[in-house]
Amino acid sequence: MLVAEKNSLTEEIEKMVEKHGATRAALMPVLQDIQRNHKYVSEFAQQEVARLLNIHPVEVYSVITFYSFLNSEPRGRNIVRLCQTITCDLIGKEIVAKAIERELGVKFGETTKDNRITLEFANCLGMCDQGPAMLVNDKVYTKLTPEKAVEILNKVK
Amino acid sequence: MENKDTSRAPVSQKSHVVEKPEHPEYIGGSISVEINEKKVSVPLGTTILEACRENKIHIPTLCHHDDLCVSGVCRICLVEVEGMRTLQASCAFPITAPIKIKTTTQAVRKARRHIIDLMLSEHCGECYACVRNNNCELQSLAKEYGVDSFTFGHISEPRYEIDNSSFSIIRNSDKCILCKRCVRTCIDLQEVGVLESVNRGDKTMISTFMDKPLSDVICINCGQCINRCPTGALQANDPSDQIWRDIEDPAKHVVIQTAPSPRAAIGEEFGLPAGHSMTKELNTALKRIGFDGVFDTNTTADLTIFEEGTELILRLYKALVEKDESVALPQFTSCSPGWVKYLEHFYPEYTDNLSTAKSPQQMFGALFKTFYADKIGVDPKDIVSVAVMPCSAKKFECNRPEMDDSGWKDVDYGLTTREMAKMIKEAGIHLPEMPPSNFDSPFGEASGAGLIFGATGGVMEAAIRSVVEFVTGNKIEDIFEKANVIPVRGFEGIKYAELPLGDVVGPVPGILQKLVPNWDWLKGATLKVAVVHGTANAKKVMDDIKAGGKFSQCHFIEFMACPGGCIGGGGQPIPTNEEIRMKRVEAIYAEDESLEMRKAHDNPNVVRLYEEFLTDGPCGHLSHKLLHTEYTKRGKYIA
Repeated sequence: MLVAEKNSLTEEIEKMVEKHGATRAALMPVLQDIQRNHKYVSEFAQQEVARLLNIHPVEVYSVITFYSFLNSEPRGRNIVRLCQTITCDLIGKEIVAKAIERELGVKFGETTKDNRITLEFANCLGMCDQGPAMLVNDKVYTKLTPEKAVEILNKVK
Repeated sequence: MENKDTSRAPVSQKSHVVEKPEHPEYIGGSISVEINEKKVSVPLGTTILEACRENKIHIPTLCHHDDLCVSGVCRICLVEVEGMRTLQASCAFPITAPIKIKTTTQAVRKARRHIIDLMLSEHCGECYACVRNNNCELQSLAKEYGVDSFTFGHISEPRYEIDNSSFSIIRNSDKCILCKRCVRTCIDLQEVGVLESVNRGDKTMISTFMDKPLSDVICINCGQCINRCPTGALQANDPSDQIWRDIEDPAKHVVIQTAPSPRAAIGEEFGLPAGHSMTKELNTALKRIGFDGVFDTNTTADLTIFEEGTELILRLYKALVEKDESVALPQFTSCSPGWVKYLEHFYPEYTDNLSTAKSPQQMFGALFKTFYADKIGVDPKDIVSVAVMPCSAKKFECNRPEMDDSGWKDVDYGLTTREMAKMIKEAGIHLPEMPPSNFDSPFGEASGAGLIFGATGGVMEAAIRSVVEFVTGNKIEDIFEKANVIPVRGFEGIKYAELPLGDVVGPVPGILQKLVPNWDWLKGATLKVAVVHGTANAKKVMDDIKAGGKFSQCHFIEFMACPGGCIGGGGQPIPTNEEIRMKRVEAIYAEDESLEMRKAHDNPNVVRLYEEFLTDGPCGHLSHKLLHTEYTKRGKYIA
């Protein structure tokens, strides 16, 4: 990472800490802000957060690894999360998953070569009555069929 | 322990303690409960576990540790509380109402057995190939609860890679049962913050920042996590195989130095209660094992007092008389390699305050391969120097690249108390049965001042015994009864003492005459000192110094990384708790009091060393080359 990049990231995190308060309790909102802006929380960013909140870097890392919506490694531009919980599973999540994998040429847990999409399974999205359900970034899509899922993903930039 | 209140500890890891009343005898201060149909009265806020222990009712524990805050994660201490739907973890249940507790019902026994079975299902490794065989809390629980089959299976293939990147500590996550004692030790007790649990659910493991190897993160190697690990998931990096190989090599001259703390604790490895010093028995055992020379680290502890004391006097002289503002004061001790690395990482701007004097271990190493090699006529390349230390950080220290001032690696191997005991057992020796014998010449016996380095406050006390006599010309016994400098003793985390030197000063002793003309500049001065143990306490003192508080006015501060000082070191026998550490300290002070020679400057062997070898005196040219070192400003950034 270039020094200039580091400095601007530090500045950005400083502003977030100012907004949420320099306390332990600000850890989650600060991490969410960084995740939103950068799609991941880099090693350097984690240490800066730790420094500014006066906690240990490993505690920041611990929190990031605990939550699926926080990442410590770079991901694709869009994150697709397909629900894998029982009702969605029973109503055909598996064929949707297969179709998506075939279309994108990568497996779940992987990112497409052009960095466009990262595929993940998620646990219950709360759409059990309308499964199979899928989350594309912040948006939920329900009652998926293989065709519908592929069509949605092809529209994702 | 006051360490529990360190500010950065996560709330979830602080105990939900109910404040105990100051006067439990007052109405409302105590509460009567029924444990196994027996009525007992306990102070409000006592946990069920404590109440049971006080009433001699055994409850198994695993994640609970006397030194650490309550965690309540392992659930092995479950008990039945009447009226509650589920079983309750007794270690995390403060009593605030008159409850009825049952500790041995079938539900409780079954639940505990299940918990053990679940732990064993993911605990990979064979007991007989484990360093903790026969001293493992999981193993004893399995025995206690009659585990004769693996109800939930037993993993046979390792899932994790062993991390042996560190000179000091090896982590094997396959043996980890996620009790988080190491996490609480690292974050709460020591304030270092290397270990935390990462991931979630069945993928949870204890790991470091970005899962980096231990050598790449800010680990100070104190080894406190090893002492508190209930299983063999954490162990010291054991060099005993190489040492055996060198002992058997006739071309090698293998010397060993023993520090006072291992001697005060090694008996525990042989079934003795804590608090038996085995100094002379250990000498015999080591000679029988085949070491060619057995020496006392206290000799170089005495030498450290000369070097570090002289350095302090020089710093004070420069600051007070020559008005040199660049002199870094207070001076910090540098014997504890865990503390040194802590400072290098967390307060790199203060490395100038560290005494440049090496630790006694490294001083001896440098002398073995120069002075001693000459004396016995052995080529230093054939000398292998081993150090028995209570410490895992000493392994890192002897591998520091700058520690080669003799032209060779000054100390080849750092060995912990536990590893020493293992070697002695391997040699078929039962240590307590050994006849006593003395240390070898040319270094011989050492003073009680060097001996008490093992206890928190010991370095300070040893320094005070010498500095006060040097400056005032009076006997230390005139000021402190029996030369016991009580104000710097004890287990309080941070101790502060002021010592008025008085208006009468003595003549400058010969050995220092080259350095200071007289003591007039110290007339009426008050020596301000502090003693700190445990890096969590060190952090408090360092922050105070940074803010210009009381401790920034001190002249000399002793820091030890481990709670209790070296006797509580990461290489000491397991288990550890405050009571055990107290007993070890008592053993050390008792041994000190039994000695004739109790001041570093009375040690004839050290005086002779200055006459024969280090002829330009303490902090002279040769001393600087061999006995002093430099530090690295490491900082906190993990690359």
